[in-house]
Amino acid sequence: MKSAWPARPCPEDLYHTIRLIRRFEERAIELVRSGDIISGIHACIGQEAVAAGIGAALRRDDIMVAHHRAHGHMLAKGTDPGRLLAEMAGRATGVARGRGGSFHPSDFSVGVFHCSGTVGHGAPMAAGAGWVLAQEGAGRVAIAIFGDGAVNQGALLESFNLASLWHVPVVFVCENNFYATTLPVETAVAGSITARAAAFGIPASAHDGMDPEVVFDATAAAVVRARDGGGPTFLEFSCYRFEGHHTFELKAGLRYRDADEVSRWRARDPLELAAGRIPADRRRQIDEQVEVDIEAAVRFARSSPKPEPGEAFDYLYASGLRPRGGMPANWTGRQRDASRSGLVGTGTVRETPAGRSG
Amino acid sequence: MRSVPLLSYLRAINRALGDEMERDPAVFIMGEDIRHALTNTTTGLLARFGPQRVLETPLSEQGFTDFATGAALAGRRPVVEYQIPFLLLLVFEQIANQANKVPVMSGGQARVPITFLLPAAGWRPGWGGQHSDQPYSMFAHFGVKTVLPATPTDAYGLLVSAIRDDDPVTFFAPIAAHGVRVNVGPGDLVPVPLGVSRVHRPGSDVTVVAVGHLVHDALAVAADLDGEVSVEVLDPRTLYPFDWAGLAESLEKTGRLVVLDDSNRFCGLGAEIVATAVEEMRLDVPPIRVTRPDGAVVGCLPELDVALQPSREQLVTAIRAVVKGC
Repeated sequence: MKSAWPARPCPEDLYHTIRLIRRFEERAIELVRSGDIISGIHACIGQEAVAAGIGAALRRDDIMVAHHRAHGHMLAKGTDPGRLLAEMAGRATGVARGRGGSFHPSDFSVGVFHCSGTVGHGAPMAAGAGWVLAQEGAGRVAIAIFGDGAVNQGALLESFNLASLWHVPVVFVCENNFYATTLPVETAVAGSITARAAAFGIPASAHDGMDPEVVFDATAAAVVRARDGGGPTFLEFSCYRFEGHHTFELKAGLRYRDADEVSRWRARDPLELAAGRIPADRRRQIDEQVEVDIEAAVRFARSSPKPEPGEAFDYLYASGLRPRGGMPANWTGRQRDASRSGLVGTGTVRETPAGRSG
Repeated sequence: MRSVPLLSYLRAINRALGDEMERDPAVFIMGEDIRHALTNTTTGLLARFGPQRVLETPLSEQGFTDFATGAALAGRRPVVEYQIPFLLLLVFEQIANQANKVPVMSGGQARVPITFLLPAAGWRPGWGGQHSDQPYSMFAHFGVKTVLPATPTDAYGLLVSAIRDDDPVTFFAPIAAHGVRVNVGPGDLVPVPLGVSRVHRPGSDVTVVAVGHLVHDALAVAADLDGEVSVEVLDPRTLYPFDWAGLAESLEKTGRLVVLDDSNRFCGLGAEIVATAVEEMRLDVPPIRVTRPDGAVVGCLPELDVALQPSREQLVTAIRAVVKGC
């Protein structure tokens, strides 16, 4: 049975998503400067079209495993901006209760399982999730999103092999922004990026990642193919981050890209490209609405409580195991000479057996 | 008296896998050469459960370990088998940094119920420096639940509990324990809870904490010293979380501790047991560890390798030293 092509997003929706991500990241950078987000962030400004196009091609129940520059992907997948910003600010109301932060957020309510800090290693997780989805037979797919810096990772290439061997419904997306932190792609990648996937029998193609409609078309085709049992597809989207790898570059003053290159890419700003496809008054309306929504998100994040220090062990184990602290409880010094009646060790409370019975 | 069947260690693992796969359709096993049951753990499972639940993998340990984490996030309970101990070093990132951290980084949204099964842990004569490691202390250090059963019934019961546990668990089956066979009757094959130790032999003079196959060495030494020293042999069974209450209870009785551990000495499990006992428990004399040496590379010459592994002779010396030291 052929799956339905995802509904073509209207240009206004694509513009809205791009605008939302752009303003979200710009405000997040301000919150880094103000000290509200202590980790700094990996802003995706300039790369919003990839997120917008992918998000429009996916269903909410599809699974996504992304990378450290994933705010845009999560927003496009449906994550609430306030809860994502709260996550980045380490608040208990965040999508992952503040435990994932900006670098490793997840939001199971919209199918975002993980954002891996180990570059490229989310791809085999997406493949594993997709393998399960295929057996459940509901036509759900998994998508792995990684950068050009990931394409030399062994585990990523291994995942291409496994996904192809087992016809896993997974879409591998490489956002080629031409730099792995400071390393230019041409000094890091021998051969071509798409040829890596093609070598494993995976249909692979490269596309303009600055145009959300191009991204949507390519992703929709790959997603439909996966839903219909056609197996994995690899997509490379060329794009560019207008800001640094991480906000530390605001102070670091690195010089790995020349100004001409940055301005050439800025001239192809996906925000302006998408704006050019909608009437000016609609753009104004959308912009106004985005401002309202972003300010509400900022207020929500800032007014949300931080986790209490006493909650540091929460969620460490799904089974509820509480590990020992860094020092025995009620420590009173060397206890060898203590009374021999009863247990002298104060930190020796028997752990709750973790195995479930039955 | 009716006869009862003898159960071997690896057969116990096989029984546990089959029973859990039967009980819960979310359980599946993946690994290398498992269709042909190269390690003897998966015998008969392909015929019973089919290739989707006995998933043969290419030699891509890092890829298929992360793959298992993805499958677990999507609701499965994978058992991932590794044939050789060092493969756990190759996938240390995937276990310690991904499978074990994703749940907490998700703020409780995720669970990763994977069992990482190492059916052949430790030294095998002649197999050389890259086939003889005992890396269990590393996983315990990182807070990955870790079990090291000494007997077939504990192997069965701990594997069942590991598979049912909602967290990742590394399961080490020491090669030197493979030869242990026990009589089992109805009711002997039951889940053994994680984190609960077992006193194999009660005693009043000294507590010997022995792990894995070394439990059997400790029992043999305890029998040899019978009449001279009363040795209590305590088997933690689970290395993390450790049964500190069980150890404290034993030391309250004996006040003397010897740890027999197949880890390398530096930062090994034995160091943790001794340190905790010294800090928190009754000890009348300083404890002693018997371990592999610092940074041991157990090679391929048994004449040299045996000298690098904890021995019964060393254990006897250590027991006599702590008894004399009182």
